Amino acid sequence: MSKQSFSDIVAIIKSHQGGESIVSLKEDLKQPQAIIRTSQLESVARVLWETPSLYFDTLSCLTALDNGEKEGTIEVIYHLYSIPYEHSFILKVVVPRGDEKNLPQVPSLCGIWKTANWHEREAFDMYGIHFTGHPDLRRILLPSDWEGYPLRKDYKEQETYHGIKVAY
Amino acid sequence: MELKTGEAGIVVTRFDDLMNWARLSSMWPMGFGIACCAIEMMSTFASGYDLDRFGIMVRPSPRQSDVMIIAGTVTFKMADRIRRLYEQMPEPRYVISMGSCSNCGGPYWQHGYHVVKGVERIIPVDVYVPGCPPRPEALIGAFLKLQEKIKTESVIEPSLLRNWSSKRTIHQAATTNV
Repeated sequence: MSKQSFSDIVAIIKSHQGGESIVSLKEDLKQPQAIIRTSQLESVARVLWETPSLYFDTLSCLTALDNGEKEGTIEVIYHLYSIPYEHSFILKVVVPRGDEKNLPQVPSLCGIWKTANWHEREAFDMYGIHFTGHPDLRRILLPSDWEGYPLRKDYKEQETYHGIKVAY
Repeated sequence: MELKTGEAGIVVTRFDDLMNWARLSSMWPMGFGIACCAIEMMSTFASGYDLDRFGIMVRPSPRQSDVMIIAGTVTFKMADRIRRLYEQMPEPRYVISMGSCSNCGGPYWQHGYHVVKGVERIIPVDVYVPGCPPRPEALIGAFLKLQEKIKTESVIEPSLLRNWSSKRTIHQAATTNV
C-alpha cells in the first residue's frame, strides 16, 4: 500500500503484458512517459486499472497532439491518477496521421474510465481521431456539419459557413 | 390641474413623436448573453445601475422584446440560433452589439476559425459598444444613443410617402391639362 514510482509501474505492466507492449520510455522528463503499442492500449489500461497495487481510478486528462505532416504522426496522451495511492502515470500512443477519409484509429477507453467518453469526442472533434469501440463518437463542440479538424496542423478554414464568410 | 390653470387636458403633438416617445421609454431587451460581456450586462441591469429608470426591463422571450444585446463572442454554431431569435422578435426591433467580439471578432479575428467576425454578418446592428468588455456606463450610453436613433424615426414607410407624393404630382398634372 504505497506510492509507486514510474519504473515500478512500468515493471508491473511488463510483468502482465510483456515488454513488447511498451514501444519506448521517456524517463528523463519531469513527467516521465511511456509510449504504448496502440494494439495493446486497452489491455495495458486494464492492467493499470485492475492491479490492486496500482489502482488508477481516475483518467485526469486525455488529449491529442498533431506532430505535423513532416513527422506524419498524431499522439494521444492519457494522464492517469490514483486517488488512494496519490501516484500518477502518463501513457501515450503514436499513430499515423491518416487523412479525411482514412482517420487514424485508436481503441476507446470508455469501457474503463467513463471520463474518456467526452474527452475522446473532443479529440475526435479537433484532431479527427477515430476511437474504435466508442459508444457515441460525435462532434462535441463544433456543429455536426463542420468540415475538417481545426487543431490539425494542415487545417484550412472554410470559405463560408451557412452563407457567412469565415475570414476576417 | 386643468381646473387650477383653466386649461383643457389636451396635449397636441405629432403622431410620430408620440409613438417614438412610447418606444424609447420602454426598450425591453431580451434576456440573452453569450460570453463575458453578459456579466457586465447583468450588472448593468442590477440595482447598482438600475436600468428600470429608463424603462428598460429584461424580457424572457424574444417575442416580447424590442432590443437584442449581443453580449459576447458569436460562434458559427451560435449564429444560426441568433438569427432565429432575431427573426422571432416583433418589429420594430433593435440590435446593440456589445464588446469587441460581436463588433468585429475581437481577439479571435485572426485565428478564430469558429468565430463570426462581427455580428453584422448575420443581423443588422443599430449601435456598437466598444470595449472588452465595455463597462456598464458604456452599455447605458448605447441605450441613450438608441433612444436618439428612435427619436428620428417615422411610422410612415418612406416608399409610401414617395408613392403618395408622386400620385399627387400626376393628379396635379392632370388637372392643369384640363
